[in-house]
Amino acid sequence: MRIKLKLIVGLSVLLFSVNIFAAGKVPLDHANTDIFDEASLQNGAKLFMNYCSGCHEISLMRYNRIAKDLNLTEEHVAKNLMFAGNKVGEAITTAMPEDVAAKWFGGVPPDLSLVSRSKGTDWIYTYLRSFYDDEERIFGVNNKVLVNASMPDILWSLRESQSEEEFDQSVLDITNFLDYVGEPAKLIRLKLGKWVLLFLGILFILAYMLKKEYWKDVKYGIWRPRD
Amino acid sequence: MHNKQSWIDQRFPLTKVINEHLAEYYTPRNFNFWYFFGGLAVVMLIMQLVTGIFLTMHYKPDAEYAFASVEYIMRDVEWGWFIRYMHSTGASAFFVIIYLHMMRALLYGSYKGPRELIWILGMVLYILLLAEAFMGYVLPWGQMSFWGAQVIISLFGSVPIVGPDLLVWILGDYAVGDATLNRFFSLHVVVIPLILVVLVFLHIVALHHVGSNNPDGIEIKKNKDADGIPKDGIPFHPYFTIKDSVVVVGFLWIFCAVVFYAPALNGYFLEAPNFIEANPLKTPEHIAPLWYLTPYYSVLRAIPPLFGSQFPGVLGMFAALGVFFLLPWLDRSPVKSIRYRSPIYKWILGAFVVSFIMLGWLGVQPVTPLYVLLARIFTTLYFSFFILMPWFSTLGKTKEVPERVTG
Repeated sequence: MRIKLKLIVGLSVLLFSVNIFAAGKVPLDHANTDIFDEASLQNGAKLFMNYCSGCHEISLMRYNRIAKDLNLTEEHVAKNLMFAGNKVGEAITTAMPEDVAAKWFGGVPPDLSLVSRSKGTDWIYTYLRSFYDDEERIFGVNNKVLVNASMPDILWSLRESQSEEEFDQSVLDITNFLDYVGEPAKLIRLKLGKWVLLFLGILFILAYMLKKEYWKDVKYGIWRPRD
Repeated sequence: MHNKQSWIDQRFPLTKVINEHLAEYYTPRNFNFWYFFGGLAVVMLIMQLVTGIFLTMHYKPDAEYAFASVEYIMRDVEWGWFIRYMHSTGASAFFVIIYLHMMRALLYGSYKGPRELIWILGMVLYILLLAEAFMGYVLPWGQMSFWGAQVIISLFGSVPIVGPDLLVWILGDYAVGDATLNRFFSLHVVVIPLILVVLVFLHIVALHHVGSNNPDGIEIKKNKDADGIPKDGIPFHPYFTIKDSVVVVGFLWIFCAVVFYAPALNGYFLEAPNFIEANPLKTPEHIAPLWYLTPYYSVLRAIPPLFGSQFPGVLGMFAALGVFFLLPWLDRSPVKSIRYRSPIYKWILGAFVVSFIMLGWLGVQPVTPLYVLLARIFTTLYFSFFILMPWFSTLGKTKEVPERVTG
């Protein structure tokens, strides 16, 4: 809360250096996400909608796009994942009014549609696993990655009910889901890319052979080097 | 078919134009790797125009909707992500190509007479392209779009006397905002592309009038056969059209590898903070322009303020661009190609290339005392290359230029 207010008010050099320091201080754990792991994406979607979507929007994403990309039926998504919206074609927003959010958290919780692209998956994965007890803070917790984060340790119940490995996997699934949300087209482009490159590779060989044929004129034929 | 063509030819010089620019445009037979990039630049221009037209159909130049409209293109528009990545990757690819194209001119002295005007047109194209890319980067309205624009445009405010008024005139407001976004959109999609296309046309007409230079720096028109065809020339079509087709396919392979597998190219083509919507109240930790602008940004930062004004740095930045125009008259060497230049010239050209690359690298680094010192050293080297050229280009022993092109 404090840092957020400061950021809004101050563009002071001092604060930036502190901020950079804080960001650079904690080495980030590598998030070994796999956007083609459908079970992980489905679990991530479930966890996200249950634990995160109460406060955080992913307003650039639609429910039915998730259904389509994650191989779920629209009925399943409507029944199990849609808490705020009315129609599966709608964007995933939160029901929390902005002024209430500002009162509770000191600011509106950010839209997470693009967090995987602005912060990176390693950051999300490490951040969600870096909460520690801190009585000074309003929610009794602080975060090693984002110092004085105004977010409560929302996954605490999950951590207590799961082994460390299971919890890491849960966080990885959420991270994986957010990676997908950041760029749904990634599912298409990574699959399509190899075929495009294969096609261009074959076309290159054919074009090169054609060029060689034509350039025989230049090497030995009518356009060969002249005296 | 034959009749039809003559019907057109009676009314429009179609066959004549085709012959002059393709079938009977005699091109030096010894073109090498460095001659790939002119044709590629044309391909790139067309790709940017076409993808740009489709992006314009869905993009909203409004500070309220711009950011979301780009993501709408990325998610809801059919193949929108592909069009957008082609355009964003295309911008960087265009500059890779243009820098190599300019390097070719430096290597083989292509700017020297009788091609001074081609060089000047090319430099105007290059500067317009920088402006085009800069304005294009503002349109997605992310944090880097906004703050990059804020930093670069505020430079105009440092102009003595008229600075503040000039700034407001450019922005259309007292800060970067909706008015700025709208006019940049207009300039980016209409004004500059139109001028670019016209100037590219003139650049090519001028080239085809004097004929292409080549890696030996020899004028092939000096050696013609009985039919008036240069002995070292071959028709552009079909020999170079087919060769350039191979080059284009090879280029597209690399281009698509980036588009499909690394469209952000680790933050060099799409910067991470630009996935956060522009927020005038929140300055990013580190503002850096995109890579193709960074050499000049480094020059700007290297020159210390005078009487508390950034104006000397701004002048230095524009001088770093403008000095290129003088190249044809600064170079007093009797030979064109690097192949026949003196060893000292080769070393100095190498130092210049290193300086340019280092300035580019320094432009994305944060300001530290060491980096400022390095930027000052390389800025000095950069300008020395041009200022001292009339002197060092005559130094040392040049090799004898052959009569006819080699290999």
